[in-house]
Amino acid sequence: MNFNYAEIVKLILPETIVVITALAALLFDLAMMRGKTVHQRSSRLAALAGLGSVLAILCIWLTPSYGNLLNGMLVVDPLTQFVKQILLGLTIFTGIISIQTKFTPHVGEYFALLLLATVGMMFLVSSENLLMIFVALELISLSLYVMVAFKKESIQSAEAALKYFLFGGMSAAFTLFGLSLIYGLSGEIKLSAIAATIVGQGPDPLFLLALVMTLIGFGFKIAAAPFHLWAPDAYQGAPTPTASFIAAGSKVASFFILAKIVWIGFNGAGGSGAWHGFGSGWIPILATMATLSMVLGNLAAISQTSVKRLLAYSAIAHGGYALIAVITNHREAVSSLLYYVVTYAITVLGAFAVVTVVEHNTKGDKLSDFAGLSRRSPVLAGCMMIFMLSLAGIPPLAGFFGKFYVFADALRYGAKDLGLLWLVILAIGTSAISLYYYLQVLKQIYVAPSVDGGLKIDTAFPVQAAIVVLAGAVLLLGCLPNLLVGKLLAVLQRTGM
Amino acid sequence: MSGPFLISLLTFTPLLGGLVLLTLKREEQKLARIFAIIFSLIPAIGVLALWSKFSNGEAGLQFSERHPWIPSLGIEYFVGIDGLGLLMMLLTTIVVPFALFSTSKEIANPKIHFALYLFLQTGLYGTFTALNFFHWFIFWELSLVPAFFLIKLWGGPERTRAAYQFFVYTLLGSVAMLLAFLAIFSATGVFDFIQLADAARSGALAAAVENKLTLGSFSAEQILFILFLGVLLGFAVKVPLFPFHTWLPATYAEAPSSVSMTLTGVMSKMGVYGFLRILLPIFPEQMRAALTPLLWLAVATIVFSAYAAYAQKDLKRIIAYSSINHLGYCLLGLFAVMKSTEGDLLSEKAAALNGVILQMFNHGITASALFCFVGILEKRSGGIRGLNDFGGLRKVAPVFCGLMGISIFSSLGLPGLNGFVGEFLIFKGVFSLASWAAAISTLGLLITAIFLLTILQKVFSGPVNQKWAGLSDLTKTERLTVAPAIALMFLFGIFPQFLIGIINPTVVAMLQRLNF
Repeated sequence: MNFNYAEIVKLILPETIVVITALAALLFDLAMMRGKTVHQRSSRLAALAGLGSVLAILCIWLTPSYGNLLNGMLVVDPLTQFVKQILLGLTIFTGIISIQTKFTPHVGEYFALLLLATVGMMFLVSSENLLMIFVALELISLSLYVMVAFKKESIQSAEAALKYFLFGGMSAAFTLFGLSLIYGLSGEIKLSAIAATIVGQGPDPLFLLALVMTLIGFGFKIAAAPFHLWAPDAYQGAPTPTASFIAAGSKVASFFILAKIVWIGFNGAGGSGAWHGFGSGWIPILATMATLSMVLGNLAAISQTSVKRLLAYSAIAHGGYALIAVITNHREAVSSLLYYVVTYAITVLGAFAVVTVVEHNTKGDKLSDFAGLSRRSPVLAGCMMIFMLSLAGIPPLAGFFGKFYVFADALRYGAKDLGLLWLVILAIGTSAISLYYYLQVLKQIYVAPSVDGGLKIDTAFPVQAAIVVLAGAVLLLGCLPNLLVGKLLAVLQRTGM
Repeated sequence: MSGPFLISLLTFTPLLGGLVLLTLKREEQKLARIFAIIFSLIPAIGVLALWSKFSNGEAGLQFSERHPWIPSLGIEYFVGIDGLGLLMMLLTTIVVPFALFSTSKEIANPKIHFALYLFLQTGLYGTFTALNFFHWFIFWELSLVPAFFLIKLWGGPERTRAAYQFFVYTLLGSVAMLLAFLAIFSATGVFDFIQLADAARSGALAAAVENKLTLGSFSAEQILFILFLGVLLGFAVKVPLFPFHTWLPATYAEAPSSVSMTLTGVMSKMGVYGFLRILLPIFPEQMRAALTPLLWLAVATIVFSAYAAYAQKDLKRIIAYSSINHLGYCLLGLFAVMKSTEGDLLSEKAAALNGVILQMFNHGITASALFCFVGILEKRSGGIRGLNDFGGLRKVAPVFCGLMGISIFSSLGLPGLNGFVGEFLIFKGVFSLASWAAAISTLGLLITAIFLLTILQKVFSGPVNQKWAGLSDLTKTERLTVAPAIALMFLFGIFPQFLIGIINPTVVAMLQRLNF
């Protein structure tokens, strides 16, 4: 095996920049910001993290270099680089949102972990090798466990972190067990090589066991029912910026890698999810998860009174919709999957940003804390309306086109004979239900009388600007979906998919 | 192809107006009504400009805009207007400002109410101009959302139930339609209505379905028929066609009168428009295969709704059922036209189809005027609108009774008023195409006359009910509000060629394309 360190350094330059930024954040906080207030420190570090991320984005953009190193350990192609840019963008916005809250004095560590989790995601998306995937997943998970626990004085935060950690540890064990079985069966850790050995073996019980184990592990990462139990508690207990990061960045990366594993690694072992003929493989497993997620997520969200919990259940439901794109199992569906998860990430990040601001002002995230927001801050209320309606899939917002695209692709390219029709019908039905609880939030905002005597909401300028930008993106991508779809298709073509 | 952005411009002006209204401050809310009226009237300039450039002798799209939008999914922003579209635009432009004028000044939360109303107007314009399924469907659904809130927030005592019933029924219909179109898209990769119609005519659609779609053990023909049923359901609920009409009476009765005016005046026409623009051109074979049951359903719609109207005691419900009845004539004419006659009876078909479109337009004006009058009466009586609660109003409020009387006569189809023309042409055509259906449907005409005259008898005539002896007649503003509608009833009753000139070439071209 040829080892060219210069090549590696060139390919992982963006990741290196982010790691250096993470270390710089720690150093700056330690060395230069003694005696500053938390707000000052977090503003500066957010700026630093943003700067590092922008540099990494520019680096990807200006010096495109592609390659496939070390047996698929590092696969750098236009698609992975594009996804990385999106992840970095999400990190920038998460950093900005973090300015608003004062949940911890350990600002340096928080931003360092945020950036390290980002590095994990970047490695995750550019790997087609089981070992590397697992290591990157653990880097993300460990960073996120700590980030969830960051609100030290809050019992809920500790509880949430412990739950997240225990579930996460368990699921990592499942994943590892599944992956080791796959390695045992195929003798390979490279995805495409695994697929080559699997094809033609027929339904081997041991392989199916490995498949189930692996998918359970990933079901946890994407919070798909029935492996979703941690999500509501983690979202509610975690500091809100962390929750937004789990919901946005981590979701995009996890879905991307899940699709990669099942499409490349388990290629040919899909089985069928068509209503007139199920066949064993990963498709029926994911179809079951999608069904449960859509039904359970949407129904449970109805009875929530905490907006963060509501968003958690809505995230579970949206995971179900995105799974339909994965189940479609066709290279054309890459763009519908990515369009869906990326616009979802933007929307949910915006929604969490609004929650962060409201929580900062009213000290709670109950529905009633949002009462009369339209009088207290018309801009925030308007943006929240855009986010909620987009999540509900109302045209002309991004959420509508995302769903439309996923459903159209599922019928076009999914199982033969309109086999996925049942999933699409279910998805449309449950998204009609979801409109109800999103409207509950808007009802509080626009109709209910305000709390706190209608005091104006205090928003840091960068946060408000970030929220407006995110809302603008949701509207723009909804009206002109081709901005993203066209880009995705071009990237896919360059990647050769 | 003149005025490249005119159609989009006039479609989105009300939307913009609605957004402007939302930014009004609390203390400026009084301005909302006048702002809304202005914004709803601005598109009138555009529509009149289009009309003035419209050449009456030509069929086909006379104005269109086409921009690539999402090429990978075959989605274009494609809007265009032919005779049918122009007439529907005109109707929207008449009814919506009319309804806004008749909205009370004391309405609660005026800025949101009027903003929603303007959004609704944009949805209507969009539905009547869009020629690509994607944004047509967006507009179709977007008109549903403001209507839901207008009923839910400003309606009568049973409003919540009525609003949900309305929403759920229409949504189910829409979902069936969406799935059908997604399936068609998965076979053909096309969302464009005109291309789909061409494909249907040349047999390419059936071939694509044969090659690309399989559904269990169904044959391609059966699959196409299932898709047809899906789309049919969407429109049948909206029109409504018996037995999908059960949401309508409650909705029209509970909605505020000014909203009922648009619901019946324009939104119910969306369904018939869908039949004409989408169902007939894309599924002609399937339509013909299902002709007899469809004709029966149209007849049932006409006769049952007339009897149901006769049994009602609430004026709003009477008019609601009478609306179903009148749109039943449209469906009757529309279905009868699909009868295969091997090229014969073309003039009868043209008469019927012209009648259908005229009926859509004229019923829009008449029914919205009727709801407006009931709204005026309701406002004076404090919400009472029973058939038997009044009496002798002719002596108390002569102008009101005179003008409402004219609307009632227009509704029952008195020659010389606009309601007559459409019904006459429909029956003229249908008698030679499906005489049994026409014969039974005349029963509907008869009962309509009876229940409408009952209103005259019980509300306007008879001894004066002392309770209402002090009822005031129409104010100047109210007279000005209804005067244009009454004038149009006479105008289009006496000179229907104004309208027929616009639509006849489109109708003839449509029949030639259907060609059997």
